[in-house]
Amino acid sequence: MAASPAPTLAIEARGLSRVLPGPVPVTLVDDVSLGIAKGEMVAITGASGSGKSSLLYLLGLLDTPTGGSVWIDGRDMARLPPAEMAAVRLARLGFVFQFHFLLPEFSVLDNVTLPIRKLGRLSAGEVQARGEALLVDLGLADHMRKFPDQLSGGQRQRVAIARALANDPLIVLADEPTGNLDSRNARAVFDIFIRLAHEHKCALAIVTHEHNLADLADRRLVMADGRLEA
Amino acid sequence: MFRTKAKAMTLPLELSIALSHLLHRRRQTLISVLGVAMGVGFFIGISSLMQGFQHYFVEKVIDVQPHILMKDEFRVPEAQPVEREFSSAAIELGGVKPRDEVRGIRGARRILAEIRQMPGVHVAPTMAGQVLLRYGAKSVSVSISGIEPALDRRVTNLERDLTEGALDNLYTAGNGIILGVGVANKAGVGMGDTLSVISPQGVVLKMKVVGIFSSGITTMDNYDTYILLKKAQILHNRPNVINRLRIRLDDVEQAESLARKLEDRYGYRAESWKEASKNVLGIFVIQNGIMYSTVSAILIVACFGIFNVISTVVFEKTRDIAILKSMGFSEGDIRRIFLIEGLLAGLVGSVLGWLLGWGIVELLASIRFQMEGFVRTEGFVLYRTPIQYALGALVASASAILASWLPARRAARLNPVDIVRGL
Repeated sequence: MAASPAPTLAIEARGLSRVLPGPVPVTLVDDVSLGIAKGEMVAITGASGSGKSSLLYLLGLLDTPTGGSVWIDGRDMARLPPAEMAAVRLARLGFVFQFHFLLPEFSVLDNVTLPIRKLGRLSAGEVQARGEALLVDLGLADHMRKFPDQLSGGQRQRVAIARALANDPLIVLADEPTGNLDSRNARAVFDIFIRLAHEHKCALAIVTHEHNLADLADRRLVMADGRLEA
Repeated sequence: MFRTKAKAMTLPLELSIALSHLLHRRRQTLISVLGVAMGVGFFIGISSLMQGFQHYFVEKVIDVQPHILMKDEFRVPEAQPVEREFSSAAIELGGVKPRDEVRGIRGARRILAEIRQMPGVHVAPTMAGQVLLRYGAKSVSVSISGIEPALDRRVTNLERDLTEGALDNLYTAGNGIILGVGVANKAGVGMGDTLSVISPQGVVLKMKVVGIFSSGITTMDNYDTYILLKKAQILHNRPNVINRLRIRLDDVEQAESLARKLEDRYGYRAESWKEASKNVLGIFVIQNGIMYSTVSAILIVACFGIFNVISTVVFEKTRDIAILKSMGFSEGDIRRIFLIEGLLAGLVGSVLGWLLGWGIVELLASIRFQMEGFVRTEGFVLYRTPIQYALGALVASASAILASWLPARRAARLNPVDIVRGL
């Protein structure tokens, strides 16, 4: 049994592998080890099919590794039952995807407060206040009562970021968050991420194929054929 | 689309998501909810109708007929001497004729006295038989019971059911007869008319109509007539013979056990009211079977509707399910959302069904007509009980949850990675 990693690391992967079973097994992620500290922003780049998204899903406990382990805040996640993994995702992790995945029937504010209500630690009034504060912080003060289809692409993605931050997560994982945005909006979203890492002390892992944006991160990792390049 | 500000905030989270799904598929949801409502409504309507009729019939039977009737018959024919002698041999006897003796309950007076001693039991002697009534050119075959009015009024409600005349007229008139209203109509006689009563033994008596009764039970009103016990014995040429004991109990539910006890003790066939109405009660069982199958069929169709809506929602909302799961909703949470949807459809359908059922019952109750089946009534007899409402809603909600189980399970097992990656 390996020793617990240094406590300053928010998330750590040790020899992480993911192989799709089948007549011809496909290796998506191959023996990847990495650690991200609190307040650090890491960009993961690589050609499409290099396994960068698969790595992100493994880090985010959405997928189960075939080898190796993920440690979050010093705890090994490998042996956790699915329900507890869900609880970790709820309280510790935030996701931002290329598509915003906002619930169309719920207002912007209701979308953002959904994870807070699910966690159930705040009263109704506090939930409301926290949601509003997040939206104000992301420059969406005028759009709280609107519905997702009344917003622009950039605004929707900012709502999705606000939702990812709802429970004040330790780690935010973003999979091509700017993939559907023009360069101006993409830059704005990245600026938000940088601010988050530094102000909220989040660990940030961002998968992107835009090199100019990746250069803004504290550290840049490049993946090829499921492995991290040195 | 489902757009509310305050409402979504105050409802529990899973419930508000479930509601948003159902309202997203508004028309489909409405149709399946209406399906459930139909099932529940018709269940309430039909069961009120059927149970109403059944309760009414049983009430009437208990009210009008003796609870136990002891007859001068045996359930099994008496064993012949040769059968007793060779009990294990293969014997076939042909052409056994009944003994030519005056039938009747032997020692009836003693039995009568003994039964009268039992607490909560009333008994009256009867001499019953078949006769022909002749009035002018008309003749009607009826069953005639010779009774002692003083004793009989404690055993049946004949006196109360008399629409004309009085029970005591049997004592005062020289040869009085009381007819069922159906008999009177068939023979075309009224109060005070005199008709001829002809027995199979060939005795003819002129009798005067001194009473007409209407019990509500069709067979009784169409076939039963009453005269004094003594006159019946004369008519059938069986002096002092009693061939029926009519017994009434304070507690109706004791009828079957007491009937069995009496039969064991005296050997004579003793029929409880349940046994006497066995064929009708048997029809009720079939009736109930048909009712429950019909209602089940409606509910099954409604459940297909619910299954359909929720399957569609699961299919359309895969993205939402994926993000909820990545956000930290467990499989159980997701399953609960879709089961709640089924339950909601079931509950809303049930409430609408209650209204529909109530409407059907009130509509049926407002219809007036003459009905003559096993019983004679004006309009439908309806039985109203909250149990029907509770049962309908319970079955509907349980079926609705059952119908949503499969799509809910599929939703819970969706892998968010497959959906996130697919975009």
